Amino acid sequence: MHILIEGGRVIDPAHQFDAITDLFVAVGRIAGLGYPPAGFKAERVIDARGRIVCPGLIDLCARLREPGQEHKATIATEARAAAAGGITTLVCPPDTDPVIDEPAVVELIRRRAKAAGHARVLTLGALTHRLRGERLAEMAALKDAGCVGVGDGGHPIANTRVLRRALEYAATFDLTVFLTPLDPELGSGLAHEGQVATRMGLSGIPAAAETGIIARDLELVRDLGVRVHFGRLSSARSVELVARAQAEGLPVTADVAVHHLHLSENDLAGFDSRCHVRPPLRGPRDRDALRAGLASDVLGMLCSDHRPHEPDAKQAPFGDTEPGISGLDTLLALSLRLVRDGVLPLPALIERLTWGPAHILGLDRGHLGIGAPADVCVFDPDADWLVTADTLRSRGQNSPFIGWHLQGRVTHTLLEGRVVYEV
Amino acid sequence: MSATHFQLDPQGRLLHFLTIEGLTRRHLTDILDTAESLHGVAERRVKKLPTLHGKTVVNLFFEASTRTRTTFELAAKRLSADVLTLNIATSSAVKGETLLDTLRNIEAMQCDMFVVRHEQSGAAEFIARHVKPHIAVLNAGDGRHAHPTQAMLDVFTIRRHKPDFSRLQVAIVGDILHSRVARSLIHALNILGAGEIRVVGPRTLLPAQVETLGARVFYDPAQGLRDVDVVVMLRLQKERMEGALLPSEQEFFQRYGLTEERLALAKPDVLVMHPGPINRGVEIDSRVADGPRSVILEQVTNGIAVRMAIMSITLGNHARPAGETP
Repeated sequence: MHILIEGGRVIDPAHQFDAITDLFVAVGRIAGLGYPPAGFKAERVIDARGRIVCPGLIDLCARLREPGQEHKATIATEARAAAAGGITTLVCPPDTDPVIDEPAVVELIRRRAKAAGHARVLTLGALTHRLRGERLAEMAALKDAGCVGVGDGGHPIANTRVLRRALEYAATFDLTVFLTPLDPELGSGLAHEGQVATRMGLSGIPAAAETGIIARDLELVRDLGVRVHFGRLSSARSVELVARAQAEGLPVTADVAVHHLHLSENDLAGFDSRCHVRPPLRGPRDRDALRAGLASDVLGMLCSDHRPHEPDAKQAPFGDTEPGISGLDTLLALSLRLVRDGVLPLPALIERLTWGPAHILGLDRGHLGIGAPADVCVFDPDADWLVTADTLRSRGQNSPFIGWHLQGRVTHTLLEGRVVYEV
Repeated sequence: MSATHFQLDPQGRLLHFLTIEGLTRRHLTDILDTAESLHGVAERRVKKLPTLHGKTVVNLFFEASTRTRTTFELAAKRLSADVLTLNIATSSAVKGETLLDTLRNIEAMQCDMFVVRHEQSGAAEFIARHVKPHIAVLNAGDGRHAHPTQAMLDVFTIRRHKPDFSRLQVAIVGDILHSRVARSLIHALNILGAGEIRVVGPRTLLPAQVETLGARVFYDPAQGLRDVDVVVMLRLQKERMEGALLPSEQEFFQRYGLTEERLALAKPDVLVMHPGPINRGVEIDSRVADGPRSVILEQVTNGIAVRMAIMSITLGNHARPAGETP
């Protein structure tokens, strides 16, 4: 299939390319930019005038709930939502049920994703057996099975000796380690420790529950020189710690969830369980520091931290609800809002959603170089839409952004040269 | 929308009673004045008023309670309501029924008011947001968040002894961190213009930035109790030792327990209060609890009149069509 994407503003941050031109796709790959390759005969023309053409988005953290929690969502439902959101690659953390700590689970997810077909689903393997933080998982086998990294799956390893060995073992096989820094004990509360939690009577999670773990982990990185990625930072001091480590030349990267850039503890008013997330929404100053961290590239990637839930999981008093936001549908539009807010220019933003994550995953994706797999997102940056339950394609309707007016809607998504979504 | 506004109708009248936060002085004085007028009922031979005749009040207690539950029951009965008390901690909740299922079932029994106690902060508001609009919800304690009827009976008790709040100094002592009573009382005293509110306790039992609620922080009771007009002692739960918040009950009593010696730091006419149930020898010495300055049992008695007042005001506002002024 030969597809011509005509007249759009093509933004390819990996090649610092930003111009209004044509993009040519042939047999699943990027075949030309600006002028067609020899013998190109467009079987399909996508009119992209007034639109942005960029690499398909890569979401570093999306829980698809399969296997194990199919009452919340399935790979098929969420892959479809991803395609509609311009996301072509989803990275699934290992806390499925069963845990991704053996090749069979990797294989199962791959097969389901292939059958669903709307998006590529990559997996992170578990660092430890059953994510219990006690024995090492068979990381070499997980890598062979296709895992793009290993991680704690949201269950930080309390035992520093085990963590150190897990890092060393992962590094043996050149695996990047994905950590979610939150002290399991100090971080066991419900909301950011501060004025709002005090007023509402919610148990607090101090910023030190995150920074303490980051500081510990950075010391291990300093000793071992292993590659570590910190997922979903929430506090200003965390950004400082990571910035300092990067300035020293330590091989650390970090990402932030887009909801942490738009919401703060003040959004918990009325005990809104849709804003119950882990790590918690912190103060407006933390939110601003995270935005600045994204702009300065200390936080090099932006993700949805997608956690779809069935309605019952959120229909209870705050402390009895499950944390998480359904984020695939709003990732792009909420990210574009950062450009409007003056946080960073559009090409830099797209970089955080495409080449940034591709780079740390070691993927030859997230760019529009000739010969690269044609994962492409075409969107209208000015299209207004009101977020309602009906506009969310994820099975999880748990979004605090319902009722928000956003700009930016995907018109076409191509996965390896195949149109997997169009308006 | 916050709880603050959610409990009011568009005219600013109380439809539910979920939290003190955000209410006006007028709301509180209306409750106190109504409670004052109802206070005499208990002394009558026939202790009943017809105000809620034909209404059904359901006590939904998801957490154990004796005092609060019984005073709510008595308050409803003295207003001639039919009362049903459900201790849900030991019934359907354990069978996996969701809170909403439980609510729908009870709602189907044609009730007019829910009195709710729940271990989670925000539970009463959650219920108020999900019940049919004709039902009034009273918060009888939600997690660490609020216990507004307790705060009202506390200020009612204080007002009966010390009607001028402007120079009033009140010390709240002990486990502020876990206390819904402390939070609601701080709000109520601030709204009524109390001179100074102090919270006294070790740092482990004080919530972060507690001063933002409008209270001065003291770690040392020798300073915190000096010249105060009212001391409110809070109950100390035994679990606090396991959570590494305190080393022992003994050390707590030695440092913070209300003894006669400590009480002597306060004004001579100080009022000693406690929301109950008291732990003798842990937060309060028996000689103080039973002593001449103690109004602890008065608080219990006053709780009935205050709850009668809140029940009649909220149900009265439900009965009245919107827009009509009382």
